[in-house]
Amino acid sequence: MTTMLKLQDVTAGYGTFQALFGVSLEVKAGEAIAVIGPNGAGKTTLLRAISKLIPVTGGTLEMEGRRYNDLPSHEIIGLGIAQVPEGRRLFPRLTVEDNLRMGAFLPDARAHFAERLDYVYSLFPRMKERRLQMAGTMSGGEQQMCAIGRALMSGPKLLLLDEPSAGLAPVIVQSIFDLIRRIRSEGYTVLIVEQNIQQVLKVVDRAYLLETGHIRQSGSAAELLDSEEIRRAYLGLD
Amino acid sequence: MTMRSISLILLAALAAVPLFGPGNYPLHLMVMGLLWGFIYTSWSIMGRLGMVSFGHGAFLGIGAYTVVLLWNLWGISPWIGALVALVITVVVAVMIGYPCFRFKIVGHYFALTTLALSEVVRLIIVGLREQTGGSLGITPKSALSDGVTASVGALQFSSKAVWFYLMLGCWLFALYVWHRVDRSMSRMALEAISEDEDAAASVGINVNRTKLSITVLSAVMTCLGGVLYAQYQQYVNPETVSGIGISLQMVFGVIAGGMFVMLGPTVGAVFLMLLSEGLRVLIGNEVLGVDITIYGLLLILFIIYMPKGILGTALDRVQAGGAKR
Amino acid sequence: MDQIFDIFLLEAVLNGVLLGGLLALLALGLNLVFGVIDVVWICYAELIMVGMYAIWWLHSAMGVHLALAFVAGILLVGVLGACLHQFIIRPVLSAEPINQLLVTGGVLFFLQAIATVAFGVEFRNIGVRLPGVNVGDMNFSLARMIAFGVALAAIAATYLFLTRTYMGTAIRAISQDRTIMPLMGVNPSRIYLLTSFMGGALAGLAACLLVLQYDVHPAIGLSFGPITFLICVLGGLGNLIGGFVAAFVFAQFISVGGFFFQLEWGYVLAFLFFIVVMFWKPEGLLSKRK
Repeated sequence: MTTMLKLQDVTAGYGTFQALFGVSLEVKAGEAIAVIGPNGAGKTTLLRAISKLIPVTGGTLEMEGRRYNDLPSHEIIGLGIAQVPEGRRLFPRLTVEDNLRMGAFLPDARAHFAERLDYVYSLFPRMKERRLQMAGTMSGGEQQMCAIGRALMSGPKLLLLDEPSAGLAPVIVQSIFDLIRRIRSEGYTVLIVEQNIQQVLKVVDRAYLLETGHIRQSGSAAELLDSEEIRRAYLGLD
Repeated sequence: MTMRSISLILLAALAAVPLFGPGNYPLHLMVMGLLWGFIYTSWSIMGRLGMVSFGHGAFLGIGAYTVVLLWNLWGISPWIGALVALVITVVVAVMIGYPCFRFKIVGHYFALTTLALSEVVRLIIVGLREQTGGSLGITPKSALSDGVTASVGALQFSSKAVWFYLMLGCWLFALYVWHRVDRSMSRMALEAISEDEDAAASVGINVNRTKLSITVLSAVMTCLGGVLYAQYQQYVNPETVSGIGISLQMVFGVIAGGMFVMLGPTVGAVFLMLLSEGLRVLIGNEVLGVDITIYGLLLILFIIYMPKGILGTALDRVQAGGAKR
Repeated sequence: MDQIFDIFLLEAVLNGVLLGGLLALLALGLNLVFGVIDVVWICYAELIMVGMYAIWWLHSAMGVHLALAFVAGILLVGVLGACLHQFIIRPVLSAEPINQLLVTGGVLFFLQAIATVAFGVEFRNIGVRLPGVNVGDMNFSLARMIAFGVALAAIAATYLFLTRTYMGTAIRAISQDRTIMPLMGVNPSRIYLLTSFMGGALAGLAACLLVLQYDVHPAIGLSFGPITFLICVLGGLGNLIGGFVAAFVFAQFISVGGFFFQLEWGYVLAFLFFIVVMFWKPEGLLSKRK
């Protein structure tokens, strides 16, 4: 399998506050990878760094073998990396369809707008019903679906998901992870950052454990699920 | 020598200047410098606490025109006229301030509303052209003649020295008020307010009343400045004492001098005055509008490169220099 | 006697409607820039003044065909708007809002003064006399009617642009969530620049419409600048629909007030109305965005 995203010794932070210390990870084409860890571990910072929303102070970012450290944030999506940001971040006073349209802003994506829209509506029939509704008036679960749909509109190679289950009721969380499974099976490469370790490890191939900006552990989902420390520290099991 | 004694010595020197008979023109410049210093300082009492008014020209105009009109039309002494002007000012300041503060209309909204206010005052002055002479301006009837060089009742003095001391007193008064506002609990409250209103409110500081009283104070003092201006210059017109032009100029002057320092507004006033006099000397009166062009350019450059103003930046440098040692 | 009185009142009301269209155009430009970039161009009316002078100079002094002068005017002020943003506002975008207001205040001074130096204080006219149109006993200026029509068309075109195009949608989106725009491949700086150009172009269009009706002089910005600010504040800064409605309301006050009293009093009345609304219904003053 070819390597899609590769981070090597990446350091990043906010001004004088460093949040990531020499993070290295790899996502191969077709894989589903999770980055797990406690609050404040730097998981969101990691995704921001990958999308160049924050500057990267050291190390290399590579997509499909090409180093992209110096690319400005608005060109990342051109590499095929699309992010579903933490908290959904839909445009509240745009309609569902306009939100999806924003996902297809890239000239390339515009050319395929109609077909991708159909695809996203087939994945989320509820979105189609609500296409002219203001995005801000939808429920949390529906917003999450819309946000994922918006990211898919660009026809990405790699989908980044930041805490997709955050703030959602357990029943909805289940449906979100089912959705992620479905997206996976359609061939998308996925990198998920999650606090809900139980659920996410059931959906991905491999995972990394991030604690206070350092990668502490990595391995297959099964390995991590079985790991003593993780079970004790995060799953409350003994 | 302490800062305090240096200041007192400088002050004494300043007060002694007229005794050396410097001539009318330099005295005039000093009087105007003190007057505008007084007015700008009055503005900055509000401005430094986050309430940036772009309409203080309104209060200037109310002060100037009320005294002149009452004197010219009904022979009412400017002392009484000033009181009337103050009352009007308080009413207007509350009328604008209360809804703004009560309903959290701040920042841009406040600036634009006050800007419109100054224009409305100017329009009223122009609209009442029968009484005010409209755009041509108006002069108070003179109570002076060859033998009479001073009339306290009419607040007219032909001697610039007298005006000098009067303005000096007012200017010092403004500095004193600035200082008191700075010191009092209100100031802590208002800084808390300009940072975070809700937090301040939760500590029990009556946000609105404090804001309103500072606004009224600033407006009233500016109004007084208008009264003094009219009585000293013996001529006012709507452009110079009301409208956007003078309102913006006030803000510019304070920014240029330094808004957060007590003497900043005065430095700004002197700077602007020297600038306009200097330009007048250099370029003369033929090419109309060159001085304002430079004002505009300077304002832009100041904001971009020296937002703390002349005095503020200078103080920063001094402090930084001190810290390094 | 009553008949005649009513007819002229009706004329004033209708003139108010015509004026409203033009004011709505002014409000649109200002609101657009504020809604997207979060900056108020205090010098907005002065940009219009520059446009008017440009058109006058090209047409009356240089003999350029009026239509060409109009196009040049719109483009010039559009570019001016973009330059204003790029060179003067960008450096202070991260500073306090008052600094942004002040810097455009500086531009206001500067533009007024430059116009005075270049053209003097005399009133300039492009010498185009459009006829009046008689409807019954009422007389309307054709120039005004044209201005109304063009203004509404421009507003409609802007509306379509904002709702039916990708760029327009991006402009609406950026005022709702700035930080995630890059995730969608949108460069915020480019949007700001485009919006500034649009704001300037709308001002340029307003200049075309105004120069047909009024003489231009350096202080003409004061005639409609403050009223535009009041309209935008009343409708909610950044609220395009609110500004549209408020424009017509204000225009009625000016027109009808000016009918009963002198022109200045119309403005004063409008301002008093504004104060009353502020006391009574401040929700009308809170913009959609916080």
